[in-house]
Amino acid sequence: MFTPIMFASILPEILILTLAVILLCVEPFWKEDQRRNAGWLTSGGLFLIIIVSLLFGQPGEPTSVFGNMIRFDWLGFFFKILFMFAAAVTALFLMDHEKAGQRGEAYLLLLASLLGMNLMAVSADLIMLYLAIETASIPLYILAGFLLADDRSTEAGFKYLLFGTVTSTVMLYGFSLIFGFTGTTNIYLLSNLFASGQISVALAFSIFALVLVGIGFKIAIVPFQFWAPDVYQGSPTPVAGFLSTASKAAGFAVIVRFFFVAFPDYAPSWTVILAALSAITMTVGNLLAMSQTNIKRLLAYSSIAHAGYALIGVVAFSQLGAASVVFYLAAYIATNLLAFGVVMAFSRVTGLEDITDYAGMSRRSPWLGLMMLAAFLSLAGMPPFGGFVAKVFVFAAGVQAGYTWLIIVGILNSILGVYYYLNTMKYVYLYRMPNEDEENHPILLTRPYAIALVVLVLGVILVGTVFAPWFSWSNAAALNLF
Amino acid sequence: MNFPILSVITFLPFAAAVIMLMMPADRKTEVRGVALATAALDLLLAGWVYLQYLLGHQTGYQFIETYNWLPALGISLKFGVDGMSAPLVLLTGIVMFTGVLISWGDFDEEKHLSAGIQDRPREFFAFLFLLAGGVFGVFVSLDLFMLFFFYEIAVFPMYLLISIWGWVKTREYAAMKLTLYLFIGSVVALVGALVMYWTQYQNTGILSFDMIQMESAGFSASFQYIWFLPVFLGFAVLGGIWPFHNWSPDGHVAAPTAVSMFHAGVLMKLGAFAALRVGIMLLPEGAKQWAWLIMIFAGVAVVYGAFIAFVQTDLKYMIGFSSVSHMGLVVLGVSTLNHDGLVGAGVQMFSHGVMTALFFAITGMIYDRSHTRQIPELGGMMKALPFAGVGFIIGGLVSMGMPGFSGFVAEFPIFMGVWGRQWLVAVIASISIIITAAYIMIAIRRVFFGPMPEKLEGHISPITALDKIAIFTLCSCMVLIGIFPAVMVPMVETGVENILRLLGGA
Repeated sequence: MFTPIMFASILPEILILTLAVILLCVEPFWKEDQRRNAGWLTSGGLFLIIIVSLLFGQPGEPTSVFGNMIRFDWLGFFFKILFMFAAAVTALFLMDHEKAGQRGEAYLLLLASLLGMNLMAVSADLIMLYLAIETASIPLYILAGFLLADDRSTEAGFKYLLFGTVTSTVMLYGFSLIFGFTGTTNIYLLSNLFASGQISVALAFSIFALVLVGIGFKIAIVPFQFWAPDVYQGSPTPVAGFLSTASKAAGFAVIVRFFFVAFPDYAPSWTVILAALSAITMTVGNLLAMSQTNIKRLLAYSSIAHAGYALIGVVAFSQLGAASVVFYLAAYIATNLLAFGVVMAFSRVTGLEDITDYAGMSRRSPWLGLMMLAAFLSLAGMPPFGGFVAKVFVFAAGVQAGYTWLIIVGILNSILGVYYYLNTMKYVYLYRMPNEDEENHPILLTRPYAIALVVLVLGVILVGTVFAPWFSWSNAAALNLF
Repeated sequence: MNFPILSVITFLPFAAAVIMLMMPADRKTEVRGVALATAALDLLLAGWVYLQYLLGHQTGYQFIETYNWLPALGISLKFGVDGMSAPLVLLTGIVMFTGVLISWGDFDEEKHLSAGIQDRPREFFAFLFLLAGGVFGVFVSLDLFMLFFFYEIAVFPMYLLISIWGWVKTREYAAMKLTLYLFIGSVVALVGALVMYWTQYQNTGILSFDMIQMESAGFSASFQYIWFLPVFLGFAVLGGIWPFHNWSPDGHVAAPTAVSMFHAGVLMKLGAFAALRVGIMLLPEGAKQWAWLIMIFAGVAVVYGAFIAFVQTDLKYMIGFSSVSHMGLVVLGVSTLNHDGLVGAGVQMFSHGVMTALFFAITGMIYDRSHTRQIPELGGMMKALPFAGVGFIIGGLVSMGMPGFSGFVAEFPIFMGVWGRQWLVAVIASISIIITAAYIMIAIRRVFFGPMPEKLEGHISPITALDKIAIFTLCSCMVLIGIFPAVMVPMVETGVENILRLLGGA
């Protein structure tokens, strides 16, 4: 009963699992000082898996496989590619992390979490979805608290665990209500049941709200954003980068599939709720980011704000809206990983994380300065970087859906964004190191960082200039939702 | 026309910026060489486009290139120039070329001379060229999405250029103020553009950002009435329109010389040009209904700018406010929506661009040598820097609108056009001519004639040959147009005819 299409639908997952097993078998035989090579293995393996999946695992017509547990379509496929890319880059970043990079289990946990995220993107069934979410989350709880000797990291891990379990339990309660009232756990059957009037409107909205708690935590929108700054600051920086990109995108994958497919009839109402949340999220994220002094906290608040922008595409509830969300996330993943990558490269050499410590950075390392400029301008939404096109697309979707007020809020927010992103760049380019000669304090990049950062910069620029292929993939992903 | 000349003009600066960033940081001379070579090549190409258009007696959009960029949303890379934009492309080429020349500078430790850009020239020229590429892109884009794309590219390097290489005292404040003003303006206009895009789709079923297509999108009068102001003013912020002009003089003062030249010479035209192309040409009915308000804003800018310039003692602030006044004349000409006013505005954009670039270039040369821009602290520069002095006087004559110089060719039709609309505004605005003459002549007398203050004696080293080439290039443009208006006016007229056609022969 195992057809080729079933094989193709989980091809990346099979390969990831294989990679994890290889890693598990090989790593103990390496000497202590060779263990960082696990990063090369993980990253190289993942890039290979991406290529193999693109060659042999492309979906055709959307189909449900494995007893309607998994949906094999472009939406899931494109998200999977994004997650694997993010994980591959994160593995490179992990390699030269002083405390985490030498330990093989970090890479193994990364792969396990990736496996869960991949399944989140394709789950067509509530049970599958819940298992996928937990598979993705539990390794991340451990990774966030990976630095046992560091109180902050332990706090981050514990905080993330507490918030995560509470919110996912609330979401699970929502799922159980669905099953209790409808007798099915298949997402694709729910819309008919909701439409047939068997379920009261009040109940439908309670379910919506309960599920939103769980997913809102994943994508860190207000009012479920409290964990983000502390966790990003405390956890090892590569993990924070992964949390703020892949994990957030996985949440959006679920939002797009679950809300668009299960609740289309109530869309006029829930889009209003999400529009309000989007406006609040952007505003809170940007306002709080302005007063931050720690660069990781600044990026944490900025990533909260970006979840708000991306929500505009969901609010639009149209094919262009869904496509623009996917496109936005693609651009955002590359951009934010780049930003975190620069922060990592900087703090690995200097051990510092405050914005004021970046004074004179462009003189210490002109290339790193330029990369940071690219990342921050892209976050601010300036061309020719990915952030600009992505923002224009979500705004265009919002205008099309008639949410002009939300776009105006978005625009005011991007102005706030420009202010604090440029203010940070002022330290990098304008100020000098106090009482030191910058030339004597270069910031040298190790090979994994150099590779990862160059790939990301090229990615950010390519998404921002040659945007046709990315958009047509995003569009293909959105095509089957309506 | 098979050779994609406009794409080459636009993308050449980007390519040069990347190449320069790849070069080692200590190869300052080589970096400058690459910059100069690129700028010269771009100027030649822009000049070739201009001459082809002029000598071929062409009309409408020429040199059109179209590449489908994102067909699903109707975004294409569509380039082309008409009689309005061809002079501005040439202007950008001229300012880029002269800007590189005067940034080459001169460094002499013994004489305490540090002219031009000595700190990190590699990054400076790279950012300057990103800016230049963005400006070219806006002038040649016929696609609204791409216009925004290049418009934003032209905005953000300004922040870096001003805050890194600018005047230490005000650069952080001025750079942030400028960036926020321009960014707010552009995103407001962007919302308008997106609304226009979807309304066109509703009206005609065509999903396209092509501006020529959008001209016939059939926007209703009430729609145009609502959206004209956000779109026009959003862009006009960059044109320094009163009451949103405040960023501009601060920016001029804080910016390093070449950036001031770009800023006043080209960037402000970018705003006026985009306001014309998107605001007036795509929403002509809205323009007709709001022309009175634009005319008031512009009239105030003209007079107010001149008065404020009159009381300045800082040479750069004086030129900065005179730019507000002169750009006010451009918008005033645009707001008439008639033939004379628009032709005058078109020529004034070019004329003012060259003139201000010249003013800022010379001010920069003086400041680098005397370390002051305060008019009362200067004097006797004519003896020390005769070439710069003559250049400044020519610029001054243009600024006053003297016959025989490009300023006259530009301002006379503007006032004719305004007279045809509302004689009172013309009378009030003409006060500015007198004030301008006053402050320009006072500045010339104080800075270039009279005795040189003692502490400057012996510190004023002569300007370099490159500086002289820059001054000569800029001056010759202004004189040429002044004596032979036929090298520009007929061309602008073809562009104006197209605008008048859209306005329904108003």
